[in-house]
Amino acid sequence: MSAEPVPARPPRPHRDPWYVRWLLVGLTFGIVGVLIVVPLVSVFAQATAKGLGTYWSNLVSNPDTRHAVFLTLMVAPVAVALNVVGGIAAAWAIARFRFPGRSVLITLIDLPFSVSPVVAGLVFVLIFGLQTPLGVWLRDNGYQVIFAPPALVLATAFVTFPFVARELIPVLEAVGPEEELAARSLGASGWQLFWRITVPNIKWGLLYGVILCNARAMGEFGAVYVVSGRIEGETDTMPLRVQKLWEGSDNPAAFALASVLTLLALVTLVLKVLIEPKVRAEQTAPNPPAQVPE
Amino acid sequence: MSAGVSRRALPGFGIGLGYAIAYLALLVLIPLAACLVKAASLGPDEFLAAAWTPRARSAYALTFGVSLVAALVNVVLGCVVAWSLVRYEFPGKRVIDALVDVPLALPTAVAGLVYASLYVKTGWLGQFLEPLGIQAAYSRLGIVLVLVFTGFPFVVRTVQPVLADLDAEFEEAAAVLGASRWQTFRRVIVPTLVPAALTGFALALARGLGEYGSVVFISSNKIFETEIAPMLVLVRLEEYAYAEAAAVATVLLGFSFVLLAAINYLERRSKRHVG
Repeated sequence: MSAEPVPARPPRPHRDPWYVRWLLVGLTFGIVGVLIVVPLVSVFAQATAKGLGTYWSNLVSNPDTRHAVFLTLMVAPVAVALNVVGGIAAAWAIARFRFPGRSVLITLIDLPFSVSPVVAGLVFVLIFGLQTPLGVWLRDNGYQVIFAPPALVLATAFVTFPFVARELIPVLEAVGPEEELAARSLGASGWQLFWRITVPNIKWGLLYGVILCNARAMGEFGAVYVVSGRIEGETDTMPLRVQKLWEGSDNPAAFALASVLTLLALVTLVLKVLIEPKVRAEQTAPNPPAQVPE
Repeated sequence: MSAGVSRRALPGFGIGLGYAIAYLALLVLIPLAACLVKAASLGPDEFLAAAWTPRARSAYALTFGVSLVAALVNVVLGCVVAWSLVRYEFPGKRVIDALVDVPLALPTAVAGLVYASLYVKTGWLGQFLEPLGIQAAYSRLGIVLVLVFTGFPFVVRTVQPVLADLDAEFEEAAAVLGASRWQTFRRVIVPTLVPAALTGFALALARGLGEYGSVVFISSNKIFETEIAPMLVLVRLEEYAYAEAAAVATVLLGFSFVLLAAINYLERRSKRHVG
């Protein structure tokens, strides 16, 4: 018995024996090291294996690679923007109201996560391909959908749809409708309510969803592969370009471009770690319950 | 949880729900229905001839097998990592915690590319396997390895919160009642973790079943050996055999729907367990 003040609760029996602790922590370092750290280091090592000069020229001197970067920077934001609008609409209806079929809608939002990206691409080929009347009609009227940027956007939006809505539903539910109801009773219009109350209340959750959605959109391979037709310098996005360089046995160039994608992923993760506490604050700081007017 | 607001109290129910349903229908539901319609245009015999050939069956079996093995490996790895992250303090813990999410953010093509280069005979990791007579790249083992990578975060992230919420009092009570450390682990901790670990397992499995981007780099894509089902869809598509591609895709979609239902059920059950 020591003279020190008694702790509020007895020492946790978490104190596993030292050899268990060392073994498990060692295994953790081993697992994360082999699965994740070694591959990350290897990407940059192989990208810069022939020197930084070659690395840079691999990135900027090839017009097809430059176009792939440009295309990814065009396609991903459009797909993300579509999903932000769709996600906010779905989250608003689901978090604020009760209606028949609500739980079905929640399940449907998750659907794209469990569909293979290849199947996601295939469905758009089946609709817009030149073997269909619609595809022929579109071509005759000068609209190229499949093997062109519109199909890239559609396939990317399909695969990344759940991110924004999934992130927003719990945040909206936690924030609660009280402030919005108050604004409404003071005569705010729908838009005022949305921009002045809802958006500021959910901004971190929204940003979080956008960041995750964007990371997946920029990195999407399977779905985009199917609908792109893989036309060099036209419909190759960055991940598709990586594969083409690799198939052409131009490993340093493939890894150079892969290193850019890896950097984007790491930036995403840093932003994620920075934003997470703010999202959690939004989720766990509900307003005092108010009377819901009937 | 709020019980929902009267539709007259707040605006935007009609436009929000309407837009969400229209968007979901145009982007997801109608395209998926188009796939089913295309596959149904074949008729039962032709459908079987397209989607149930020996080549297709071996592709399903491989896809399912490698995804299953990878998901099982991930349950073990994920529980070890989640356990260390929740219950111990060690230097670099926050970095490790953040690194767990890398597979969610890293494009699958990059994962496939770098795994293929790591596990070839002369690669950083393949050189250690080569003397043991293990060929990792361009084999089934390679597919499992890259699927372990892509599915890694799921079990960690489902088990972590449950382990953190696990009340120390249960363990204390067990200890006071005379349970040994091992008994406490088996009788108190493991049963609490099982639903969460199962959810993570199902998520990793679902991810593995559909995975294409990373596998295409590390697999040799040989028929009957290392050809996964999504690859077969593409092969049919490149032959302009649209209905046959849709038929194989329909079987894949069937797997997805079953798993999605299972995941929904598990998530609801584990939520009840925690809450």
